[in-house]
Amino acid sequence: MALLSAETVTKRFGAVPALDGVSLGVDRAECVALVGESGAGKSTLLRCFNRLVEPDAGTVSVRGRDVRSVDPILLRRSIGYVPQEGGLLPHWRIGRNVGVVPWLGGDPASDRLARDALRLVGLDPERYADRWPRELSGGQRQRAAIARALAAQPDVMLLDEPFGALDAITRADLQTTFRALQRDLGLTAVLVTHDLREALDLADRVVVMRAGRIEQAAPPSVLLGEPATAYVAELLARARVRDG
Amino acid sequence: MLARARRWGVAVAIAGAAAGVAAQAPSGRPVVVASKPFGESYLLAEMFAQLLEARGFAVERRPGLGATELAFEALRTGAIDVYPEYTGTGLTAILHEQPIADPREAFARVAAEFARRWGIRWLPPLGFENTYAIAVRRETAERLGLRTLSDLARAAPRLTAGLTPDFIGRPDGLPGIGRAYGIRFNAVRSLVPAVKYQALAAGEVDVIDGYATDGFIARYDLVVLTDDRRFFPPYQAAALVGARLPREAAGAVLALDELSGRLTEATMRRLNRRVEVDNEPIARVAADALRELGLGATAGPHDAVREQSHASGRESLSAYLLAQGPTLFRLTLRHLLLVGISLLAAVLIAVPLGLLLERTPGAAETTIRAVGLLQTIPGIALLAFMIPLLGIGVVPALVALLLYSLYPILRNTYTGVRNADPDAVGAALAIGMTEGQVLRYVRLPLAAPVIMAGIRTAAVIDVGTATLAAFIGAGGLGDPIVAGLSLSDTRMILSGAIPAAGLALAVDAVLGMVERGVRVSG
Repeated sequence: MALLSAETVTKRFGAVPALDGVSLGVDRAECVALVGESGAGKSTLLRCFNRLVEPDAGTVSVRGRDVRSVDPILLRRSIGYVPQEGGLLPHWRIGRNVGVVPWLGGDPASDRLARDALRLVGLDPERYADRWPRELSGGQRQRAAIARALAAQPDVMLLDEPFGALDAITRADLQTTFRALQRDLGLTAVLVTHDLREALDLADRVVVMRAGRIEQAAPPSVLLGEPATAYVAELLARARVRDG
Repeated sequence: MLARARRWGVAVAIAGAAAGVAAQAPSGRPVVVASKPFGESYLLAEMFAQLLEARGFAVERRPGLGATELAFEALRTGAIDVYPEYTGTGLTAILHEQPIADPREAFARVAAEFARRWGIRWLPPLGFENTYAIAVRRETAERLGLRTLSDLARAAPRLTAGLTPDFIGRPDGLPGIGRAYGIRFNAVRSLVPAVKYQALAAGEVDVIDGYATDGFIARYDLVVLTDDRRFFPPYQAAALVGARLPREAAGAVLALDELSGRLTEATMRRLNRRVEVDNEPIARVAADALRELGLGATAGPHDAVREQSHASGRESLSAYLLAQGPTLFRLTLRHLLLVGISLLAAVLIAVPLGLLLERTPGAAETTIRAVGLLQTIPGIALLAFMIPLLGIGVVPALVALLLYSLYPILRNTYTGVRNADPDAVGAALAIGMTEGQVLRYVRLPLAAPVIMAGIRTAAVIDVGTATLAAFIGAGGLGDPIVAGLSLSDTRMILSGAIPAAGLALAVDAVLGMVERGVRVSG
């Protein structure tokens, strides 16, 4: 059974349908990438899993439970979350930022967990825990954001364009780090990205979305070999990955 | 303690009996003597005060209360016990009736009406009249052949008048002389009393309204035009006594009555000149006057307009400020206390309110605008509204300052919290902070510099606004400013204005440091 699942989920913002009867399952330890243009509904779908978005219709389950029956605050604390700009609190030092989720849960070991998480993402806690976010580079801040998502040792992680704002070299470094962590820790991960190349590199399965619907959901090799629709084929052509 | 109190009571009773006063010991409460903010009013009130003290009554002085409305409202509500008023003013400005030409009839009318409506007593007139005096420069009078107001009606279309707002609006003022004499000026400028004589002397205006007993008329060698049609109603000066004093300390009323009929116009002109032109301390002039009348003040002369005695010589401003040093220090502390307490209260109200409004955006703009409206109420008007509720003194001043401080703090709190870094707020929600935690750990600290900036703005405005407190007897640096304006004493004005400006800069600088601290530590 899928660890995360969405069944015929619909969500409208005013008259605009953001999600139009979407169904998707994500297995334990699987990494799924949601790709598509702006407005395709990929971030909306992602945010249904931690109840930042409440669907108008359909059912969303996490770990086999309908999310509507779970306290949203506890649900969110049980799921790692990495936003695009990191979203570190600028007035908290890195150590406190990274340890925030266990700290909110009243875990007395939050400081140690923060240090462990920093080590996992390749930031030496001795050097970085006492720094302010503004004293770090963009890549280091994003590493810290991933550490924050890991600190409470969740089994699920949601990433909303986590590497979108980084330069190419830094992005490649972080992609490598993320892929290794996801595999080593057995994380179930959903990753939203604009970048089809990134999706193909990182994900076990790529979900191409368009106008609130799923065009195709398939492993990278299948997607590359047998694009299900003209749109997917065109997307691949535009990303120049078919012949690349 | 008890023995001493008893001895004191006995002493007072003896003094009272010796003075022929009904042996009524004053109640524990001092007699509150007030004045309006102009020279003659200060002087008369000080004479009242010294006379009461000479007869054994404890006195509290509240000189320079705003204007007729503020002083009368304070008397009506029992915040003060006595202040000098004029029958014409009582008739027109307070009762809103037509002027009465006969002085006796006018007095009888106000005495009866005030007693009937409010239980307020007009003591028998002090003896002099201080009617409006329409004055021109001697040169103007000679060039245009002006001796009477009828003459002025002829020349008025070529002249510019500088009149007090009071005179422009009162039925016995500009509208009245327009009707009675057909006087139509080429232009009318509204001037506060403090500057009108200088403006006339400097040729900025040609005609002003003054009072018959003003010391300045002699100082500037002005010609007062005769009221040949006897238009101006009589303005007999008298002590106006609140309803409580006769009940609680009838002896005090009898003591005040000793001045009735004792002051002539010539006497008042001479005394006013000493106060307004020679800048002698009001307390000394009052003491001399009482001594001449045989109403001898036994105690040493008390300080009149608080301790703001005018220095009599022509010493430099810095020497004057130095001489006033201890007084100014005390006034500055008082000022700072007014600002500090009102600001603290405003922070305690506006910051939580701003946070609350962030949670209820529907009500936010309306509420903030309503609070902003408070800002548009003129200070004097706000103080006048508050007298019936809170009396005079420190409390209404604090409330007024508090109301003026709310807006900048509320606006900045709301805006700051609302506009706090959306990435940080979004992430905080997504990782599982409750709304309350987001407010406490994210929005509020991120908004802190903006909120501090609002507090800083409010503080600097407060330092300026607090000078208004002087109008309702709350003290502070407004005291020398208001008194100086009334007495046309520039040095006295500056002795309040310079420390006030310094205080504003200092408060801004200190809060600026706090703001930077907040920004750095987050």
